[in-house]
Amino acid sequence: MTTEILMPALSPTMEEGTLAKWLVKEGDEVSSGDILAEIETDKATMEFEAVDEGTIGKILIDAGTEGVKVNTPIAVLLEEGESASDIDSGAKAAPASEAPAADSGASLDDTDTAKPMSTQPAASVPEPEPVEDPEVPEGTTFKSQTVREALRDAMAEEMRSDEAVFVMGEEVAEYEGAYKVTQGLLDEFGAKRVIDTPITEHGFAGLATGAAMGTLRPIVEFMTFNFAMQAIDHILNTAAKTRYMSGGQMSVPVVFRGPNGAAARVAAQHSQDYAAWYAQIPGLHVAMPYSAADAKGLLKTAIKGDTPVVFLENELLYGQSFEVPELDDYAIPFGKARIWQKGDDVTIVSFGIGMKYALEAAELLGKDGISAEVIDLRTLRPMDTKTVIESVKKTNRCVTVEEGWPTPSIGSYISSVLMQQAFDYLDAPVINCTGKDVPMPYAANLEKHALVTTDEVIEAVKTVTYK
Amino acid sequence: MATAKSAKKSNTSKEELLEYYREMLLIRRFEEKAGQLYGMGLIGGFCHLYIGQEAVVVGLEAAADEGDKRVTSYRDHGHMLACGMDPKGVMAELTGREGGYSKGKGGSMHMFSTEKHFYGGHGIVGAQVPIGAGLAFADKYLGNDRVTFTYFGDGAANQGQVAETYNMAELWDLPVVFVIENNQYAMGTAVKRSTKSPSLWERGAAYGIEGEEVDGMDVLAVKAAGEKAIAHCRAGKGPYILEMKTYRYRGHSMSDPAKYRTREEVQKMRDEKDPIENVRDLLLQGKHASEDDLKAVDKEIKQIVNEAAEFARESPEPSLDELWTDIYA
Repeated sequence: MTTEILMPALSPTMEEGTLAKWLVKEGDEVSSGDILAEIETDKATMEFEAVDEGTIGKILIDAGTEGVKVNTPIAVLLEEGESASDIDSGAKAAPASEAPAADSGASLDDTDTAKPMSTQPAASVPEPEPVEDPEVPEGTTFKSQTVREALRDAMAEEMRSDEAVFVMGEEVAEYEGAYKVTQGLLDEFGAKRVIDTPITEHGFAGLATGAAMGTLRPIVEFMTFNFAMQAIDHILNTAAKTRYMSGGQMSVPVVFRGPNGAAARVAAQHSQDYAAWYAQIPGLHVAMPYSAADAKGLLKTAIKGDTPVVFLENELLYGQSFEVPELDDYAIPFGKARIWQKGDDVTIVSFGIGMKYALEAAELLGKDGISAEVIDLRTLRPMDTKTVIESVKKTNRCVTVEEGWPTPSIGSYISSVLMQQAFDYLDAPVINCTGKDVPMPYAANLEKHALVTTDEVIEAVKTVTYK
Repeated sequence: MATAKSAKKSNTSKEELLEYYREMLLIRRFEEKAGQLYGMGLIGGFCHLYIGQEAVVVGLEAAADEGDKRVTSYRDHGHMLACGMDPKGVMAELTGREGGYSKGKGGSMHMFSTEKHFYGGHGIVGAQVPIGAGLAFADKYLGNDRVTFTYFGDGAANQGQVAETYNMAELWDLPVVFVIENNQYAMGTAVKRSTKSPSLWERGAAYGIEGEEVDGMDVLAVKAAGEKAIAHCRAGKGPYILEMKTYRYRGHSMSDPAKYRTREEVQKMRDEKDPIENVRDLLLQGKHASEDDLKAVDKEIKQIVNEAAEFARESPEPSLDELWTDIYA
């Protein structure tokens, strides 16, 4: 029986990749460990090795093909005594290995119809109405960009306009970022301004904070915000409080950025959402964008400003593409929510990757005749509760969606604000959809249920609308 | 009276000696007054006095140039006075008044002066160490030749972020002088009960950082060591460590009963090593000043400190509006 060689998942979050180059051709004999092909993931170009030995019977996917889904058969391996004529439709072929399937349970999608991460949001939700984004003048053209590229562009643009801006962190320079967010910055700005640090989060967070007190404008990349726990003293006790403690004399214009929240199958110590933690701290600004446009516009504002900013990104969103306005200096003010979808029956409030569940739920609810207004907070400190209150005055119902833990959460704060400021408008108790109150488990099925799900958002909306 | 033990004073001018005497005495009298105001309930919270350690900051400030920076821990009053901050503003911050350097919002442990390049005043043990390296990083980045003095105690020397900072400071050749003020007690824990390292400055060797031990009770020795360290930094050779062997006469903070050491130990240090008495002896023995001259200095200092205390009592409490200011840019 012939063996199919499948497109491998080469990172925890990879769902598809580019088959850049074949290093074998049909008829070649290969043995275990031979390099078969080069595959480009969203982060890097990786060599793909043979597991089994045999002869390459047929190459199914040509070199240069983009968007090859994980687990797609890319070649057929013939065992001894087999020939190309043994290859048929492939129905009999056995998978070459039990590849860690990105769509098995690690996927964010809780429906069986897996949606690739690169799906444009336009496919599932209406385009954001330009009227909701006064930063974008009429007639502005847009280009499709990943969140990763948008973040990089924001940094590059600000580094071009201000010599005091520099980037430091683990692997940000020569490696171009553990998640490739700083791609190209070393080439353009050099080692003075794009600085690889030792693995020393507490130290470099403090050092960057000191540099900010010394009039520079550091961007600190944490490889993930899990590691910022080593540095949280400087974020809270130094960066956030120094302006106040100095009676307004001292500015600390530092940006702490990096991926936050669960990625995929990396378990308890690498999967947690710090939104509610940092949102509690006076003296900090906290942004947690969902779209590429917001990632770019908010990061530019963060870098330009004199207030320390915690900028919470998401690994699973890095590769997602969105429409980004082509403007010279697209900066979005903090404290202004974006209304992604207008609706009448319920207000769904979310931010960051929670928006994915919110928008998916809104789309499915629309098919059931429930019209949801979907609000992306974008920044958690300051938080645009005014937009939420105005929406709830119209819909009289609210569901919040976030990946973090429930006690206490951003959602519980919003519930409190609504109770105090929109009590008479509420026709149902606010429901908070959150991650479960457990450390993140590793097992695929458990992880899926530990995260907030689209089904839970739908159920919550049906509960508050009494449907 | 202490026996003068410093033999290297011959080439120090009368003016310099008088200046050191004056500066150290200002710190001591200021701290004594702060202790008094604390006892009267005019100063609250934590208040860590610098009495006994005066030679460290006065000697290093004598070696520093305009534009050099300094950052330290919560035992910071001496550093502020030594770099020229106004005693009135410092004392009024201790009393939590509007006229304080932080408008009363920082207190004893959290004061800053952009004008005098004093970057705090940090309440978390060891946190000022990477901050100091960051200030030095900024100077190197900006291409000037300024140096940052980063002060910390023997207790902070055991913090992980100090090791992390040593590594980065040497890796990037940052112009920072790490000043370990080894006053021999981390709160109530004697150095020998917290580490088996024979000396703290030698830990720098693990990162390739040069350094030395200094008699931190001898202002002239401190100044000489400071000049050497600054020259090292300004020459682009990276960081330097000075371990100042010093001693605090008072408790860790105002609420410290100091049961961890004997009265005799403190008295012996005061009798034999007092930094102010040492300079006083040099002035008198060298016939640079008479008893009357020094009395005049004492009187002048007393006047300054009394005025500072008066200002700190008279200055109003901050307006309630101040609760909500200076949080965001």
